Amino acid sequence: MTDWLTPNEWRAVALSLRVSFWATVVSLPIGLLVAYALARWNFWGKQLLNGLVHLPLILPPVVTGYLLLLTFGRKGTVGQYLDEWFGLVFAFRWTGAALAAAVMAFPLMVRAMRLAIEAVDPKLEQAAGTLGASKPWVFLTVTLPLILPGIIAGAILAFAKAMGEFGATITFVSNIPGQTQTLPSAIYAFLQVPGGEGSAARLVWIAIVIAMAALLLSEWVAKAIARRISGQ
Amino acid sequence: MSLQVSLKHRFAGFDLDVAFEAPSGVTALFGRSGSGKTTVINAVAGLLRPDHGLVTSNGITLLDRSRGIELPPHQRRVGYVFQDSRLFPHLTVRQNLLYGRWFAPKEPGVSLDRIVELLGIAPLLSRRPGALSGGEKQRVAIGRAILSNPRLLALDEPLAALDEARKAEILPYLERLRDELHLPILYVSHAMAEVARLANTVVLMEAGRVAAAGPTADILSDPDAAPGLGLREAGALLTATVAAQDEDGLTRLDCAAGPLWLPRIAAPLGTDLRIRILAQDVMLATTRPEGISALNILSTTVRDIRHGTGPGTLVRLDAHGETILARITRRSAEALALAPGKPVFTVLKAVSVAQESVGVKRT
Repeated sequence: MTDWLTPNEWRAVALSLRVSFWATVVSLPIGLLVAYALARWNFWGKQLLNGLVHLPLILPPVVTGYLLLLTFGRKGTVGQYLDEWFGLVFAFRWTGAALAAAVMAFPLMVRAMRLAIEAVDPKLEQAAGTLGASKPWVFLTVTLPLILPGIIAGAILAFAKAMGEFGATITFVSNIPGQTQTLPSAIYAFLQVPGGEGSAARLVWIAIVIAMAALLLSEWVAKAIARRISGQ
Repeated sequence: MSLQVSLKHRFAGFDLDVAFEAPSGVTALFGRSGSGKTTVINAVAGLLRPDHGLVTSNGITLLDRSRGIELPPHQRRVGYVFQDSRLFPHLTVRQNLLYGRWFAPKEPGVSLDRIVELLGIAPLLSRRPGALSGGEKQRVAIGRAILSNPRLLALDEPLAALDEARKAEILPYLERLRDELHLPILYVSHAMAEVARLANTVVLMEAGRVAAAGPTADILSDPDAAPGLGLREAGALLTATVAAQDEDGLTRLDCAAGPLWLPRIAAPLGTDLRIRILAQDVMLATTRPEGISALNILSTTVRDIRHGTGPGTLVRLDAHGETILARITRRSAEALALAPGKPVFTVLKAVSVAQESVGVKRT
């Protein structure tokens, strides 16, 4: 399978998939909590949280990457303690690429989930309460099934965004083959050297195929679930 | 089996201050839109937090603000049937029906089979709510509430969103529930026909207050309650028994007030019926009318006379222990020199059957 890709190219693809997978999986529960808070709760600083979540969407990715470096770098305000206490290092590791991808994809994920939560009729949750379901049970048996299409859409959107993340990643964790060289970084690197166009073209095709597959999958899953929960 | 309710709540521009007791059977909360009926059952079910309130069901306190007792909705076990049914769209009818079972205390209650049979929803079980008609949705919602094993049922105008045909489809099921399950039922409605048919007790609400409360027949024939009921709705509610099917197509009913003839009622002899005689369908005469087309003429005695602010007068009549209400003009009342104790003949222009069966089994 790998003979039509050089080891370097293959490593970039595998790394990108790994980075995107973990970025999506880890940010799912956090994204759901933030989306729920923004959709349903009233609290002090709600607009601040909303702004903070959306900031990576508007800031130049290089700025986000630099801020991540300042915060989660080895000498960063948070990074030094993570290293000291948990041995968790982000700088110039694949975990850092995952963190950068997660931060950049977070607004898209939260947005999709928030819209889904806002579309749930609170009257249904009220009805579940009168039938004896406590708040956590209402969430698990009514709210969660109804927002599942939104969660899946958010996750796939985040995965696709993570696959394509470039600016913040290269700023935060650089472009080390096998370590932090994701698909976009690799394409960029191949285009910088003479004769690298072939490699770049192969990776471009792979990027297109993965993006397309993700999109089709998300459409298909969302449709199947929407059919199920529309009550038809 | 009884429910005590006492609530005070202040909204912007609206004051609720009610207290009533609901014995077992159907208690109708009757009143115009905006009189506070739904607010009352929301407070009973825990969906609204009143400023002051006490709700006890069979001696169990659901709410007592003065003692800081406020059970959350899921611990109150008030089976609530909403106007808009609120079935869970992602679950099948069967899953909807069994939803409350997960959380209900594990004590023997009504079985799924019994409810499915009682509500006639067996063919719907594997369907999803989106594929049901309005009437079917409401029957499933009623079944779902009952299967959650509630202390009491609260129905908020369950028929309001339905057309007449669907209403007629559901009412018999509600009658069966009332007669066969021994649950107190709070029934919010502004349709007198439903109340006359279903309710054992009526709580008449006006602008956030209880205007009158008591057994249905007493309230419907109470001249004092008539303005609140709507003058067109005031009238007597009698229990009668099918006594004979005459050959010319009429059915004879026997009640304490005397025999009544109605166009054929397809019910076996001995069936108990609830019949309504609206006050505006009653004429009075001081001598037995002759040469008149009306079949149903009862000899009665005037109990009391209530003059309204307009030209109308309500006369309450005693018919061998039953009460009949007549709405006539003040001029007629004076011309006939009506006074309490005076015997008069009561001519019934129309009698309607409020309900196929009163569900009281003769023993």
